[in-house]
Amino acid sequence: MNNELYNDGPIVHQATFIDGNSVIIPELKLLDQDGNTYPGADLPDIDKTLAIKIYKTLAFHRVLDERMVASQRQGRLSFYMTALGEEAASVGGAAGLEPQDMIMTQYREQGVLMFRGFSLENFMNQLFSNAKDLGKGRQMPIHYGSKELNCMTVSSTLATQIPQATGYAYGQKVQGLNAITLCYFGEGAASEGDFHAGLNMAAVQEAPVVFFCRNNGYAISTPADEQYKGNGIASRGVGYGIKTIRVDGNDILAVLKAMQLAREYAVSEHKPVLIEAMSYRLGAHSTSDDPSGYRTKEEEAKWQANDPILRMKNWLLKQEWWDEAQETILFEQLREDILAAVKVAEKVDKPHIDTMITDVYDVPTPQLKAQLEAVKAHVNKYPESYPFTAGKF
Amino acid sequence: MAQMNLLHAINNALDIAMADNDRTVCFGEDVGHFGGVFRATSGLQEKYGKTRCFNSPLVEQGIIGFANGLAAQGSVAIAEIQFADYIFPAFDQIVNEAAKFRYRTGNEFDVGKLTIRAPYGGGIAGGLYHSQSPEAYFAHTPGLKVVIPRNPYQAKGLLLASIRDDNPVVFFEPKRLYRASVGEVPEEDYQLPLGKAEVVQTGKDITLLAWGAQMEIIEKAAKMASEDGISCEIIDLRTIIPWDIETVTQSVMKTGRLLVSQEAPLTAGFASEIAATIQNECFLHLESPIARVCGLDTPYPLALEKEYISDHLKVYEAIKTSINF
Repeated sequence: MNNELYNDGPIVHQATFIDGNSVIIPELKLLDQDGNTYPGADLPDIDKTLAIKIYKTLAFHRVLDERMVASQRQGRLSFYMTALGEEAASVGGAAGLEPQDMIMTQYREQGVLMFRGFSLENFMNQLFSNAKDLGKGRQMPIHYGSKELNCMTVSSTLATQIPQATGYAYGQKVQGLNAITLCYFGEGAASEGDFHAGLNMAAVQEAPVVFFCRNNGYAISTPADEQYKGNGIASRGVGYGIKTIRVDGNDILAVLKAMQLAREYAVSEHKPVLIEAMSYRLGAHSTSDDPSGYRTKEEEAKWQANDPILRMKNWLLKQEWWDEAQETILFEQLREDILAAVKVAEKVDKPHIDTMITDVYDVPTPQLKAQLEAVKAHVNKYPESYPFTAGKF
Repeated sequence: MAQMNLLHAINNALDIAMADNDRTVCFGEDVGHFGGVFRATSGLQEKYGKTRCFNSPLVEQGIIGFANGLAAQGSVAIAEIQFADYIFPAFDQIVNEAAKFRYRTGNEFDVGKLTIRAPYGGGIAGGLYHSQSPEAYFAHTPGLKVVIPRNPYQAKGLLLASIRDDNPVVFFEPKRLYRASVGEVPEEDYQLPLGKAEVVQTGKDITLLAWGAQMEIIEKAAKMASEDGISCEIIDLRTIIPWDIETVTQSVMKTGRLLVSQEAPLTAGFASEIAATIQNECFLHLESPIARVCGLDTPYPLALEKEYISDHLKVYEAIKTSINF
């Protein structure tokens, strides 16, 4: 029997219950909304080049979200999800990694791909599920992925990536790579069984994985207080024996600092870390959701005043690394580029009909080939009903 | 050649796979030092170290989620689920994740290097949760391969092929035969093809089709029928999906009759898929309705197991009914 794995508390002779309040979880804040760093703030490793790269990524994120919601409203796009108010979490996490590190996301972390250089064209091709999409037009919009950039393709199933990240990181460790896996999820997904499975296995199997929870207060319409009664998600990390930190998710410097330290620890100690970033989902859950049904304008306004992008801009202005003229040019250019890219991507053909059966297996089975031939014959018989594919094979 | 039981053959295949590729990793509940509750992974941790053969916490969805990530990273992941009855907590990771990984990513990523091993099947007084045959649940999932061997020689060759196949494979091991089935097995490395059925015995009056431990049952019934002058062609399907339609079709075109037998319940079992397909392919050749001899549509009972199972007598009766139709 191995009894080593618990902390010896004091032996008591009166029944003593403990609760979540017994664990005090501090929240790291380095930057205030006006762009001042707090006295004594332990800043991350960041220079002007990195700071500007991060800021341009945040700006791209904000403009893409605005333009794509508009495109969805115009009926040009079937679906979209913004990350309004939470951009710092994804971009700050990616900025604290090395390019060889794997990142697995939930779906509200497009900023990760942006930071790593996923091109505007790639975003558009995925969103419009056209023939040039790396995912071959099979998944809904915002389910991005890129092998080249070490960004695992998104799937809709919540939390399934959490134990996968543990296994991926374990493989990196066994191979002796100087690499970790970063795994994002929301506070709602943390209620899934796969959260428990992934964190416990990471602790036991000693995998260099950083779990990054975006606690934005809502899972669609469900507020966090109907999601859990403990001290957020961070309190659970401690229970699994995982080093844990809570940060202000709207504070890019705090996110980056936590991520840099977490990576260093994970890669050198081969152990997991949990980061809980406190933020707020300023936008709707998706273009299929209307938050006015479950929350107030006052609440939203309070968090609008906490905008992470504005906070970083204020800091950059104080550093004299940025000015209003650059700001205007950047945002105008982004709007123009994105609008132009939409016009190109929506005119690209749909994927070839043959891609319906490729990649189900490494090689299509005889059954799949027969099914494809049957569909092709049918499409040719009723070409007017299948305008995107008829006559194109 | 060596005499091996089915467990030894599996252990031997795992040993070869781990020696052959140092990125092969085996894990699951009690798989490590103890060597598995059935001893299938016996000696592997000693030989290859704790990093490559280890115990996981008791969490099936975690085992397969972890395995998916490990395989996506490029390791050869061999995960064990202690009983096929307990694979259902991992159903989401298998059906929504493993099976769709390559397709949904446009082949940017895949988990082709994943193999899931699980003891399956009844006949061991295992009651509801140590007897199930869940292959039909997985047969409805494009992207997976499902493989079931019938004896030690098949087990080793099919498991090595499954481990090296570039698709996720669910490999069900007939636990009733773990120690009961003994035979000659080559000690060297060899593979048997996936997706190919095997004609075990040729015949002309009726085709009998089964897989796994049920093969022993239909062979016994065929022997009884032969004493009545009925010539049975016996086929082991071996791979549930993607299944070998051609071999079965050719056989039925010749015999004109088909009986499919499985341990699992009748309704929506894999025998139904086979019957529907063969009816479509061989309509003008069929001389009697396709017979399905299966478990009842009940949970797997303990005390009445003997009555529940599709034993050789039930198969024998169904052969005669088909011949006399």
